[in-house]
Amino acid sequence: MSQDRHVLFMPTILLGGLIFGVGLAWSRMARPEVVLDFLQFDDLGLLFVMGGAAVVTGIVFALATRFGGRAPLTGDVYERRLKSFDRNVLVGGTIFGVGWGLSGICPGAAYASLGIGNVTILWAIGGMFLGAYLQGYWRQHRTDTTTPTTAD
Amino acid sequence: MAGELLPGLFPNGILRYAIGGVLIGLGASVIYLATGIIAGASTFLESTLSYVSGLDRFNRAKYVASRDWRLVFTGGIVLGAFAYTIVSGDSFWTTAVQPWRLALGGVLVGIGTRLGKGCTSGHGVCGVGSASRTSIVNVVTFIGVAILTAQLVQLAGVSP
Repeated sequence: MSQDRHVLFMPTILLGGLIFGVGLAWSRMARPEVVLDFLQFDDLGLLFVMGGAAVVTGIVFALATRFGGRAPLTGDVYERRLKSFDRNVLVGGTIFGVGWGLSGICPGAAYASLGIGNVTILWAIGGMFLGAYLQGYWRQHRTDTTTPTTAD
Repeated sequence: MAGELLPGLFPNGILRYAIGGVLIGLGASVIYLATGIIAGASTFLESTLSYVSGLDRFNRAKYVASRDWRLVFTGGIVLGAFAYTIVSGDSFWTTAVQPWRLALGGVLVGIGTRLGKGCTSGHGVCGVGSASRTSIVNVVTFIGVAILTAQLVQLAGVSP
């Protein structure tokens, strides 16, 4: 698949990531303290980070799915991000919430945190990889030993 | 402006937050418009594990096929934050939050975001931007639980 990719595919991914990272640093969301201040109601500014980002993607997704046709670099049809609902959405959201409330860090912000010099964040990034591995190991073991599920 | 009306709730104003948020949305939009890909940040964890783990779950086609560009995307996030720090004249910064909170919280974030099909960027930015009911329920859940957790941790006297 990688051989068929448009020559601008990787540069575009990099550009998007760069802008994304600038946004996380500019908003200060890359600092766990700012997230914790929000969760403790000391500074509600984070509402404008998530809200501002969702408004932009909301407009872009709505226009692209309606009028966009196909993406120029891949030929893929524009689609909205719609995932099926099941119990995992609630259980996962709850576990994520405990982790976010305890540490003040989520995946994207953790990567950006490295970029602002926060080497200490490697504790969180290491933890995230461990957590992702544990759930993958557990879910595979479960599907291997019980009836296959479509949980995804 | 909300920052002037409610100074107690917005001690640092809202501008930097709003600008940062719009840029996060633009970053996701650049990738989306060019490729149709909706890039979340937490899938990187599992797709990268496929490089080092033989576990079938991490070696499904969707992870193996996307793991290289997800590395580039994540590298871009790190570099973008680095570039902002250099250009803006901010000094490099390190958190004072205790390592055990980061590590234990990180493990729970790793489990929860993958089990729940997304994180702050996947569900919060792209899913909410798609008006997805699944994402909205997930976001309300994780923000509510996170507020409760952070307040309890603060009540317990843990700081920072």
